[in-house]
Amino acid sequence: MAQTIPQGVEYVRILPEIVLSLFGMVIMVLDPLVDERSTQKLLGLIALIGSVAAIAATLYQSQFPGLGFWGMVKVDGFSTFFHILVTAIAAVVILSSFEYMQVQQIRAGEYYGLILFGAVGMCLMSSAVELVLIFIALETSSISTYVLAGFRRRAAISSEASLKYFLLGSFATAFFLYGVALMFGATGSTSISVIAQALRLSPVPVLAYAGIAFMFVGLGFKVAAAPFHVWTPDVYEGAPAPVVGFMSTAPKAAAFAVLLRVMFESNAPGRLWLIWVAAALSMTLGNVGALVQQNVKRLLAYSSIAHAGYLLVAFAALANNGIPAAMFYTASYAAMNVGAFAVVSHLAGAGERYVTLDDYAGLGRRSPLLAATLTIFLLSLIGIPMTGGFFAKFYVFSAALQANLVGLTIIGVLNSAVGAYYYLRIIVVMYMREAREEVPAIPVSPALGAALGISVAATLYLGLLPGRVLEYASRSAAELLH
Amino acid sequence: MAPISTLHYLVVAAALFILGVIGVLTRRNVVIVLMSIELILNAVNLNLVAFSRIWGLHGQIFAIFVITDAAAEAAVGLGILIAFFRNKETVNMDEVDLMKW
Repeated sequence: MAQTIPQGVEYVRILPEIVLSLFGMVIMVLDPLVDERSTQKLLGLIALIGSVAAIAATLYQSQFPGLGFWGMVKVDGFSTFFHILVTAIAAVVILSSFEYMQVQQIRAGEYYGLILFGAVGMCLMSSAVELVLIFIALETSSISTYVLAGFRRRAAISSEASLKYFLLGSFATAFFLYGVALMFGATGSTSISVIAQALRLSPVPVLAYAGIAFMFVGLGFKVAAAPFHVWTPDVYEGAPAPVVGFMSTAPKAAAFAVLLRVMFESNAPGRLWLIWVAAALSMTLGNVGALVQQNVKRLLAYSSIAHAGYLLVAFAALANNGIPAAMFYTASYAAMNVGAFAVVSHLAGAGERYVTLDDYAGLGRRSPLLAATLTIFLLSLIGIPMTGGFFAKFYVFSAALQANLVGLTIIGVLNSAVGAYYYLRIIVVMYMREAREEVPAIPVSPALGAALGISVAATLYLGLLPGRVLEYASRSAAELLH
Repeated sequence: MAPISTLHYLVVAAALFILGVIGVLTRRNVVIVLMSIELILNAVNLNLVAFSRIWGLHGQIFAIFVITDAAAEAAVGLGILIAFFRNKETVNMDEVDLMKW
């Protein structure tokens, strides 16, 4: 132990987390003090400033790469990428929540605080290189999202979603922990780099295989990969729409970051067939399940299972192009999914009454701009060229082909074709069917407009000019590996 | 009689883990499901402390973190359960049934 007191630069290495926590605490303190009617806007604004400040803090932090706090956190290109992704998602979700909260008449103080605290956990997950810290970060992020899922407290469906999410989520965490404990027993350390060294010696202890399997089960739950996906449709249907936009992207991206570190950096043994099976199952079950859904939130939940499957294909590929492909996929998936759920949360109306496919009939005529926006997100989810979703799938599948995963690639491409059907069905309903009953059209508030604008811009940017992001991802992957 | 070795602790922990998993999967009362999850966490703790005999203090410190987290999780879980109870007047898993595919 060279030094016992952390140096100044080490605090910079957790600066975004410090900023987010401070803003979160300010919100919690102010919540009971400010007037109830102005709470909404003011606290939301503070949260928005907090997440933007965290992006700035990340950019500053990226100039000081290295380890901090006795090898607990590591700032590198990889962590910076996920920090920016998570905080940007938080900012966009906060923007899209203003209107929703007003329509649902929810007192919103702790809501914004919880989003920031959740973001703290997700940011830490991407920079943690120590299993103890990864566990704490995972729990910080999970517990915040459990509460957020039940935020429409009066609605039975929301508290049921929250309960299901909590029970299965903490069950998964327990599995993850059991895996960590076995890994500690096999290698004598919880630091990923030390574990990697221990696993390079042959023979690999049997306990390590068991540890990896349990950890994969735990993380598989968090990213909603089959066969650990059963909670997803129910939770996404019941939770408030903006929260679903948040929890289908940010915690998932963070859990994928952890999975990338654990699987690739520690060079986990026996990972290939585990991932192969999970990827093939997620793609198939997700897409087939989505075919029969009438509820748009539920449909998007199944679609998110399928997308977790596509992402896992990248994990089965070789590290040098699998990691950048996975990073690019998380970013473009986040852009299109947050956007899609922002539209859903706008259309849901008071009490989330209008969330079925029938309610979307005639949307193309009622509010053409909103329908066009949703169409862009859906086309991107299909993977049509010019959108982020296309390049995301392209890089993942080409990485898989380079690793000779022909079978998995074929399953993936076939599944994308199946997926096109149900996304197109929404578009067809919006433009080609008459509305059966009168669905009130609420004007889009400026904040929601900004959220949608950012999402559309990000989706198109990743689809038209993917070079810079991909190059950055490749560089940070190379950094991670050597 | 042979002295108690690390392996003995691991077997007890594995038994606790399996009991917990069975409890989560078969019990219908949400509170008992919660207790079963705590049982798994305690299996983890036992593992960690047992491995500490070989590898040093690391595992014991980790166990303290796990205990803290279990407390936080229980607090939030019971809060969520109360919110659910207010809406549905039940803690029975079979009645958590508003959404089904």
